[in-house]
Amino acid sequence: MMTDELQNEDTITKIVVISSDSILPADAAMRVYESETSITIKETCFGTMVTGPQDVVERVVEELRSLDRNHIFVKERGFSPGDERRCRASRGGGPRPGFHFLREEVNMLPMIGSALDAYDAHVPLEKKGGRTEKLGISTLMNIIESEL
Amino acid sequence: MFIYPTNSLILSDLVERFGHNPLAIMSKIREKITTIGVDSPPLNITPKEPEMGLKYAAVEVPAGVRGRMALVGPLIDDAEAAIIVRDATIAFGCMGCARTNELTKFLVRKKDIPILEVEYPDSDEDGQEFVYRIADFLKSLPTGADTQ
Repeated sequence: MMTDELQNEDTITKIVVISSDSILPADAAMRVYESETSITIKETCFGTMVTGPQDVVERVVEELRSLDRNHIFVKERGFSPGDERRCRASRGGGPRPGFHFLREEVNMLPMIGSALDAYDAHVPLEKKGGRTEKLGISTLMNIIESEL
Repeated sequence: MFIYPTNSLILSDLVERFGHNPLAIMSKIREKITTIGVDSPPLNITPKEPEMGLKYAAVEVPAGVRGRMALVGPLIDDAEAAIIVRDATIAFGCMGCARTNELTKFLVRKKDIPILEVEYPDSDEDGQEFVYRIADFLKSLPTGADTQ
């Protein structure tokens, strides 16, 4: 029964996403293996997932973050790795719920990482004239007509 | 610190990085799925959730919205500040409900708390502005350590 598999309430899972040029998910995993024995980790395509008692996980995650502070990102995850309710191995394949959102944000992480580097280096923010707007229909029609 | 999208990796990480506690949906999900229940395994979603959602939405609002608000609503209640990412199209997908998203943002804006509204970046310059604005906003607020 599923209730037998429910994780302990003090157990938390954190997703560690690595968007670094110098650290690989395998390096991070090795660091965790070296440091703690009371936690479970799973290597994934975007980084690692760390599960265990809250205080230990937070300590390990902080250690991982220190490997490349501005290019390693962390968030909590409700389900533990391999949970049958989410794991695609038991759901017939396909992306797990939540994966698309994570993938979209992972695509932005290089931008965020370099911005954090700039923030730490006190690089002043470049002012720009606002966001680039999409081309309006009327403008496009004017362009087409002017070509004629 | 309430964040919207409520499961955002980037916002959750930045809030934690700058010394605040992110109020994210993941912790609520963990609470929900690790509390042992006999009524509605595997996810422990019961008719109680739409009832709890009545605090945030009227009875004629679909049960799906009210059920989601049973998770999101308490986070808004606990919030002392908020960061909202406008036009977060990816929030309408795995999170699933555009009306819940609208109601969430409405309730946050109605609350008398400091709010920062930004947009997801799509270039390095936008990324820099995104991070700088969030960092400055977070640094302008007292952290838990300051208030003790």
